[in-house]
Amino acid sequence: MKTKQLSLFLENLPGHLHNVCKALADANINILTLSMADTQQFGILRLIVKDADKAKAVLEDAGCVVDLTEVVATEVADHPGGLADILEVIRKAELNVEYMYAFTFRRGDKAILVFRFNNPDAAVAALEAAGVAVIDDVEIYGRAE
Amino acid sequence: MTPFALENRIWSGAETISRPELAALQVRRLRELLARAGRVPFYRQALAQAGVSPADIQTPDDVRRLPVTTKEDFRQNYPLGLLAVPREQVARIHGSSGTTGKPTFVAYTRKDLETWSDLCARFLVAGGLRPEHTVHICFGYGLFTGGFGLHYGVERVGAAVVPASSGNTARQVLLIQDLQADVLVGTPSYALSIAESARQQGLDPRDLNLKFAHFGGEPWSEGMRTQIEAEMGLMAFNNYGLSEVIGPGVSGECAARNGMHIQEDHFLVECLDPDTLEPVQEGEKGELVFTTLTKEALPVIRYRTRDIAMLDRSPCPCGRVGVRMSRVAGRTDDMLIIRGVNVFPSQVEEALMRVEGTALHYLIEVGRPGAMDEATVRVEVRPQDFSDKMSQMQSLRERIGREIQSVTGVRMNVELAAPQALERSLGKAKRVIDHRRKEL
Repeated sequence: MKTKQLSLFLENLPGHLHNVCKALADANINILTLSMADTQQFGILRLIVKDADKAKAVLEDAGCVVDLTEVVATEVADHPGGLADILEVIRKAELNVEYMYAFTFRRGDKAILVFRFNNPDAAVAALEAAGVAVIDDVEIYGRAE
Repeated sequence: MTPFALENRIWSGAETISRPELAALQVRRLRELLARAGRVPFYRQALAQAGVSPADIQTPDDVRRLPVTTKEDFRQNYPLGLLAVPREQVARIHGSSGTTGKPTFVAYTRKDLETWSDLCARFLVAGGLRPEHTVHICFGYGLFTGGFGLHYGVERVGAAVVPASSGNTARQVLLIQDLQADVLVGTPSYALSIAESARQQGLDPRDLNLKFAHFGGEPWSEGMRTQIEAEMGLMAFNNYGLSEVIGPGVSGECAARNGMHIQEDHFLVECLDPDTLEPVQEGEKGELVFTTLTKEALPVIRYRTRDIAMLDRSPCPCGRVGVRMSRVAGRTDDMLIIRGVNVFPSQVEEALMRVEGTALHYLIEVGRPGAMDEATVRVEVRPQDFSDKMSQMQSLRERIGREIQSVTGVRMNVELAAPQALERSLGKAKRVIDHRRKEL
């Protein structure tokens, strides 16, 4: 029940983000969501796309440093306290969140949270035991269609 | 214009002997040197190969029959293989950057230290130092020869020393102000930082008691001298030296400030074409090569400094006999001087290898955006070193920075670059961009 995410190293320089997006566009790969972590000098771009393996090959051909990482995506009610409820589960399980980001789709009252945990398998087990809907790649892609 | 009239005072009678007297002294000392150097296996072998014995030395120019010595020879004989006296006679050890992680060590006997203090006293007195003065030394005290060399020179003259060492610039201003220093000793770029810090504290540096400054340890320009003198209201003097020869005290300016008088009674100088090792034409630039005439612990024969400069043999109005050398105009190798510390690109490479386990593509950029040198190392990230976690990337960057500082002794900014981001050249890789070159 884990989701594949692409992580890219990017220097904080004009045109570098564009190069990545252009390479994906030319290969007809749609970006479902992304998150950018930045420092003054470099950044890490995290992407969820439909075909992660193909995207990785395309980006590596374009000269990028790409890492395929496993993240955990959960569904969350899009109202006050939705995220806090999930983090309560994580806290009780004594798990650490490396980073996270959220996105919503055009329909429905649910948002999707993407977590990177130090121990993804333990996190999936804890979340499912608490009744949180953990969704996998297939389902995310389905919803995005 | 200089703010103070300076009397031409001469510390030692040896500075004003006649040219023929000097030549005779050099020949005698050169012969003695060859006898002493024979105790060092490296020199014994080199001299035997060249087929030269002390009796072959008839004039100072006969030094050209001797083999040259390089930094690489120091490295091959690490740590103290070039020592010419028993270890128990060594009174002090200093060091400078090696081309790799290991420093180059140099040693002094008690008598060498006496000589060294005297040579520093000569240029300090030529540049205004008097026994009643207080001298603020902001060279780093340590293996680097600058701090201790000048320290004992000042004491020899009979003046008071404030051994402030380097760092904590705001405190340097306080010491200079409250202890009423008359003379500043350090690197010229650090003097500008001190002036800047004084202004930030609401002080006009010209209101400090400083009258003279003796600068060394890094190349600087006439323009920088004008700026420092205007900003600080003092008279600035240039001196030159390198640890392999003795440290500061190899040469220094007199009141005429038209080149640095080489202390030729202790160091035989040649100015050579770095490719052919033939002397350059009078007044042309060449590599300075020094032979130590009196050093006991670590004599060097024809040490190639890699420093490019000019010699001026015309008489100086001050009466000193020593030929005058120009400012160092460049290097024949890739050594950089960053905030007064000698750094070789190969040291940076060694530091990177310690972090990554393999050589990386890198580029060192050095500039002087403010008063002080800033160095930035751009390093390409290999795919296997990339982590999706920001904390790991930051720690990689910090690890590289720490390792560079530990090998070179200089803190540098580290920038991670994407693979292939740095330009590849077909020949020798371009490792250094020195933006300061334009200013010299």
